[in-house]
Amino acid sequence: MSEVLATLTGVSKIYQKGKEKVEVLHNLDLQIPSGDFIAIMGPSGSGKTTLLNLLGGLDKPSSGTVRVGDAELSSMSNSQLSHWRSTNIGFIFQFYNLLPVLTAQKNVELPLLLTNFNGKERAKRASIALDIVGLGDRAKHYPRELSGGQEQRVAIARAIVSDPALLLCDEPTGDLDRETADEILKLLQILNREHGKTIVMVTHDAQAAEFANRRLHCDKGTLEAREVA
Amino acid sequence: MNTIKQIIAVTWLNLRNLPQRLASSAVAVIGVGAVVLVFAAVLSMAAGLERTMMSAGTDDTAVIMRRGSTSELNSGLSNEQTLIVANAPGVLKDGDKTVMSAELYVIADVKKQSTQSDANVPFRGIQAGAFDVRKDVRIAKGRMFEEGKNEIVVGEAAQSEFVGLGVGETIRFGQTEWAIVGTFDAGGSVSESELWTDVRVLQAAYRRGNSFQSVRVRLENAESLGVLDQALAEDPRIDVDVMSERDYYSSQSQGLVTFIKRIGYPLTILMAIGAIFGALNSMYSSVSVRGKEIATLRALGFGPVAVLCSTVIESVMLALAGGVLGGLLAFLVFNGFQVSTLNGPSFSQVVFDFAVTPELLGQGMRAALLIGVVGGLFPAIRAARLPVATALREL
Amino acid sequence: MKYFGLIWKNVWRKKIRTSLTILSVLVAFLLFALLSALGYAFKGGEDVADAERLVVINKVSLINPLPMAYMNRIAATEGVQAVTHASWFGGYYQDPRNQFGQFPTDPYEYFSLYPELKMPQEQFNAWAKNRQGAVIGREIADQYGINVGDRIPIQATIWTKADGSRTWEFDIEGIFETDDPRGSTAYMLFQYDYFEEARAFAKGTVGWYVLRVKPGADPVQIANAVDMQFANSPNETETSTEAAFAQSFAKQFGNIALIVTLIMGAVFFTLLLVSGNTMSQSVRERISELAVLKTLGFSDRSVLGVVLTESIVIMLIGGLLGLGIGWLIVQVIAGAMGAILPGIYLTSRAILTAICIMIGAGIVAGIFPALKAMRLSIIDALARA
Repeated sequence: MSEVLATLTGVSKIYQKGKEKVEVLHNLDLQIPSGDFIAIMGPSGSGKTTLLNLLGGLDKPSSGTVRVGDAELSSMSNSQLSHWRSTNIGFIFQFYNLLPVLTAQKNVELPLLLTNFNGKERAKRASIALDIVGLGDRAKHYPRELSGGQEQRVAIARAIVSDPALLLCDEPTGDLDRETADEILKLLQILNREHGKTIVMVTHDAQAAEFANRRLHCDKGTLEAREVA
Repeated sequence: MNTIKQIIAVTWLNLRNLPQRLASSAVAVIGVGAVVLVFAAVLSMAAGLERTMMSAGTDDTAVIMRRGSTSELNSGLSNEQTLIVANAPGVLKDGDKTVMSAELYVIADVKKQSTQSDANVPFRGIQAGAFDVRKDVRIAKGRMFEEGKNEIVVGEAAQSEFVGLGVGETIRFGQTEWAIVGTFDAGGSVSESELWTDVRVLQAAYRRGNSFQSVRVRLENAESLGVLDQALAEDPRIDVDVMSERDYYSSQSQGLVTFIKRIGYPLTILMAIGAIFGALNSMYSSVSVRGKEIATLRALGFGPVAVLCSTVIESVMLALAGGVLGGLLAFLVFNGFQVSTLNGPSFSQVVFDFAVTPELLGQGMRAALLIGVVGGLFPAIRAARLPVATALREL
Repeated sequence: MKYFGLIWKNVWRKKIRTSLTILSVLVAFLLFALLSALGYAFKGGEDVADAERLVVINKVSLINPLPMAYMNRIAATEGVQAVTHASWFGGYYQDPRNQFGQFPTDPYEYFSLYPELKMPQEQFNAWAKNRQGAVIGREIADQYGINVGDRIPIQATIWTKADGSRTWEFDIEGIFETDDPRGSTAYMLFQYDYFEEARAFAKGTVGWYVLRVKPGADPVQIANAVDMQFANSPNETETSTEAAFAQSFAKQFGNIALIVTLIMGAVFFTLLLVSGNTMSQSVRERISELAVLKTLGFSDRSVLGVVLTESIVIMLIGGLLGLGIGWLIVQVIAGAMGAILPGIYLTSRAILTAICIMIGAGIVAGIFPALKAMRLSIIDALARA
């Protein structure tokens, strides 16, 4: 866990709301070692989702730099960021965000459309990803035929199928019951410990945060380490 | 609440939130509008043509041509034959002169204003009685031609439709020059598409000797047509068809009018089918957008009939709005617009106006109504059958 | 393209909506096919007119005849390779409504001037030998069920016979076809000699002449040369190319092309509204999905492309179906009513135009929703969800 995967240096994010300026992140510094599993907690509006967006190249800081792997995100154009995202980041959302018109298999294959793999290759990789999350037998089902937990597993499979180094999760268990949530979190742990994925998870659930290696608290735009007793 | 009250209440609710579904609704309205517009525009050609040709025909006048001629153009009568007609029973006499006009009908090439290319214009040689055997014809501008001279009067419609027919201008056909000395007004009827001159001058110019093509006579009274027809049929010196002028013009116009209708109605039906698909699309979309609202109403106790009827009513109202829009546009743009085209039997141009008649507009509105009902029915059935519990769960 | 699976699934997102939209497109292009074929019929065979054939008519009007004596003088004109003549008979078969063209002419001359007409040699020979013989086009034979060997009466509306009757009888010796599918065969040809001998008046005249210019000669110059010969004579001539002649006829009907264009304008305008509405609804209800595609790394431009392609696919499916059905109907009409609407035909130019319109309309209908999809901000879109 020695190599640093991502670094945020002096990052601030200011939003313009009408005439008022809202500073969501204030001069933030953060280092994420490769293979780490971090949970970021905090009240709503504290900027934790913004932090995630910056790490994934979905947004740019108002000042400061964001570096993930070899990429200096703050200086890349939108199309460069798109391209970079496809192989370096996996997103997992609270509401799964699967395409309802595609089967589980096809949903997982989606990121691979951006690569040069042919149809057979894509199918094989998707299959492997679905097996990892334990849904190999549900490949042909549509999202509406799956339970919430199963949908999230498909979303996780989609997030790992192009083998990104960094997984960004925004309230991944927010819409699940306790038992299903725990299964998902255990899966994330497996991905972290056995497959070496670096995971940054935003959550408001203290019990979910327990599954991570360390916990950070985000409040009023700044981060501080917090060990929950 | 009884069903009628329910229907009114739900319909009112639907219409009140129509602004939220403005785009879909506008599409349905415009779709129906386009159908009615095209329908009225195309069929008003047939209506206008019919009106122009029929308004020329009167039952007081008989038209006599050689038997079997499909039009004056194909007919041929000798001078003797015209005199036989002049003296036959049933013809109206003014003193001892028969009210008649033996005429020659040829075609002249004149440029059409709209296409700037040559067209076949009817050129008629008339006798003095020509104005008396037709209804409502009078000189409008200039003066009547003098007999024996190469002078022409042109119909008002012909003057505006073709080039170079102004009063005072001269026009050349073949080797002969003709002076245009006046115009005549015939109430907008087909006669106004023609150029008229002295029949003797025309005969000479076209080397027709002393032959004619038709005779028009005023009839004594309503029964005279039969009398005249019988007398001429029994006369071995002459072999002719006798018909009222109204029937003659009817036969002349039938072909073209029927042709336009045969194209116009199928065209409209196809467009209406397209409009029905458009209306169905809009109404299905409308029903799905209002899904929760419908479920709520059902949960409150409104019956499925009310939901069904209100949806159909909404569809019908949109369609009728489209129909009014299309009809109004057709009327404003096309009604009274003058055009001319080639009429088969006479092989010459007939000038007429588009006539967007109340009857056509009525037909258009009926079509709109039909589209509205069909376009609303299936979505309405779906709305009425919406499973209330599922829809409410999504709230 | 590998994105096609995704595009296809998106197109059929809401089955009823897509089906109804496709049906609307189908109707629009069906109308296009039918109106285009109809408009083509009104062009009077302008496209099949031979560039080297000229038509000579009486300058005063088409209904005035020309002297037969002109034949040799026209043939002798510099640059003229061959001449024939024809006249308008204007009769009907059995019922006054069954009118079609019957033309008295010289068999050898006519067929040499019109090499596109094909008929078995034995039939031609039989006709040439029979004074009262006639040959009919395939369309007439089919429409009225007339066969070789039949003896048919034609009622004349203009030409009374010298014996006073108006019934002319002909032996059908052959059926001819044309090798150009756009051409018409809705007419009959018979012997001028019989016509001249049996008719009661206007002897020694013909309706018009058709001549072929020598290869390489300038048609306009030859036309002028012919007309100059007869200038200031009692029967002045007007010579024009066959195409110009056909066109002048078409123009007499009025601006059919304009009417057809206006109607199709209304139809396509409505169609664009319907499809545009469908596309915009389709994009509106999957904003979050489009945002997810972007998070996965799909570029803004590829999202634009996906939406536009969906729109074009819908147009192509409906449009090709509509064109296909339209083509079938035109075939049926041409078979059943070839005599009334000669030359009704769906040209390949019209088909190509239709396909271009399909693609163009797909782009226009989809462009605003596609731009919206391209420009959506991932963060806003996902936050809204």
